[in-house]
Amino acid sequence: MKRFRVLKWALKSIARNPTRTFLTTLGIIIGIAAVIAVIEIGAGAQVSLENNFSEMGVNTIRVWPGPVTRSGINSGSGSWATLTVADTRAIIKECPKVTAISPQISVRGQIIYGNKNWRPFSISGGNEDFLEISSWKVEDGIPISAAHVARAAKVCLVGQTIVRELYDGANPVGKDLRIQNVVFKVIGVLKSRGANMMGMDMDDCVILPWTTMKARLKGAGQTSLSAVGTTTDTSTTTTTSASDVYTSGVSLYPQAYNTIPPVRFSNIDSMIMSVAHPDDIAETMEKVREVLRETHKLGDADDDFRIRSFAEFADMLKKQTESVANLLMCVAFISLLVGGIGIMNIMLVSVTERTREIGLRMAVGARARDILQQFLVESIVICILGGIIGIAAGHGLSVFMAAKMGWHTAISYFAICLSVGVSALVGVVFGYYPAWKAARLDPIEALRYE
Amino acid sequence: MGLIELKDIRKTYFMGDIKLPVLKGITMSVEKGDMVALTGVSGSGKSTLMNILGCLDRPTSGEYWLDGEEISRLSNDGRADVRNRKIGFVFQNFNLLPRTSALENVIMPLGYTASHLSEKQMLERGKRMLERVGLADRMDHEPSRLSGGQQQRVAIARALVNNPSILFADEPTGNLDTKMSEEILRIFNEINSSEGVTIVLVTHEMDVANSAKRIVRLVDGEIASDAVIRK
Repeated sequence: MKRFRVLKWALKSIARNPTRTFLTTLGIIIGIAAVIAVIEIGAGAQVSLENNFSEMGVNTIRVWPGPVTRSGINSGSGSWATLTVADTRAIIKECPKVTAISPQISVRGQIIYGNKNWRPFSISGGNEDFLEISSWKVEDGIPISAAHVARAAKVCLVGQTIVRELYDGANPVGKDLRIQNVVFKVIGVLKSRGANMMGMDMDDCVILPWTTMKARLKGAGQTSLSAVGTTTDTSTTTTTSASDVYTSGVSLYPQAYNTIPPVRFSNIDSMIMSVAHPDDIAETMEKVREVLRETHKLGDADDDFRIRSFAEFADMLKKQTESVANLLMCVAFISLLVGGIGIMNIMLVSVTERTREIGLRMAVGARARDILQQFLVESIVICILGGIIGIAAGHGLSVFMAAKMGWHTAISYFAICLSVGVSALVGVVFGYYPAWKAARLDPIEALRYE
Repeated sequence: MGLIELKDIRKTYFMGDIKLPVLKGITMSVEKGDMVALTGVSGSGKSTLMNILGCLDRPTSGEYWLDGEEISRLSNDGRADVRNRKIGFVFQNFNLLPRTSALENVIMPLGYTASHLSEKQMLERGKRMLERVGLADRMDHEPSRLSGGQQQRVAIARALVNNPSILFADEPTGNLDTKMSEEILRIFNEINSSEGVTIVLVTHEMDVANSAKRIVRLVDGEIASDAVIRK
């Protein structure tokens, strides 16, 4: 018997009773629609979660100077300025996965406008990519440009807290701001980000070109002076001055030379880089480490820097959304199961109803396996039709959700193939028993059946 | 050797411990081109014999040779194959597929073994069969829109579509009025005489039986009389 003939018969007998066929497939339609909607909305949630991650800085890697032991005293991490701007260039050149990199340096101090002053949580310097890497957006005004960085322009961006505290909420763009008696021009206001995960006010910040900070502000780039900040570890570090170490009270050097100057112009407090995709973070971290060891000529020595990322945290969140999606998927599969039982029920009714037809078909020469095949194909066709309608309905639902609730959804071809496969499987599993029952009918009794 | 050779065919039903012999040793033969009427009162075993002859059922004992082939030991699939190739059935209640056109009904048996035919050839053959029973203008009609006589003619066309060597008709006129019955019997006679298709008619009506060439009467599972009434 030709395959397509069986298919044609199946379609014909299904078409003979369209209302019942539709009601029968409803279970499958709902089940498949639920699977598709869950997968698509789940995939969308994954995408928006990843977007959130990148906003939170999850696809960024930060490098800090490592702990250095000098004269037997370990000053903790960040105590020695081992990182330079040259390192950032080396990294961007050697690591293709790194999309952007910025040096970061910070100072602490009062900022003054008119008769008001304020001590911001952080004053950071970065390059033209800094805003994007650390996910800052400029709400008003312009961002720091490469030109600003190149000529160490006296410009700055301020956060919302600064606007409120220093400018009484007025638009500060174009106004001036003094740090250490250097006058900066405010060129932009940063979009509010609220508190970070540690509960620190992220809007309480000022951002300037790092070159400006190095060239015009005191204490910049000496990590020791920026003990606390978003840019460095929260570990406190002490001033590394010779007289602090040797507390004999003897002034070993004139005060001006007392501080051991481990700092070159190109020294930076830390660096921050963004990676195209969070999945690449682990690999990139390893690569950055290699590059830095190379440029620092470390040989067998320990790393003089530390590399950190939020990848683990991101993994945890990802696993959580996955487990929620899996739970929903279980519910969807239960409804598919119920749909399958509905199919079996109707196929059994259909076999009983068509007993005489089965008898006739056997009388004209259909073998048991022809009958089995016919009913099995019928139930598979019903299920696949239901599956196709379900895919359309589920996709429609997820698009509707996306439009109505502002959720992200993403079409999943894997889910579509899976659904077609699952509905065919449901057809086979739940169609087999009725088909088998039909196939073992006795033609004489079947023909006599009223 | 005839088309059908029955040698001491017995059929016994077992109901628990009770033996219920329905056919008690039937021996007969049917020549090619014959037209036989099987008659008898209900319970005489004529339907059981007909089921065995039509390869729908197996005898409890005895030999059944159809067209030189021993049938009684064949498997279910083997008998299905014989039914498809050699036998056509016409039933009392027509047994047409509902909501399916006359033409589709006629070509339905071809779907099971005639896989060498294309869809077009099958339709071609179905049309020829319907023309032969005088339903050329009703091909697209569904059974519900056909009269009883027309439905039975569709059933005859379906029985003939595989070019069977033998046609079994179980009370073919039982559900029809006299005029329609005559029409159906006329078609049977025509098929029998012009194409040499052997026909076995099961009926309890003597009018119908008299249209055959030979009448075999069963009483209590045995052949009571076997008479050739015309050549």
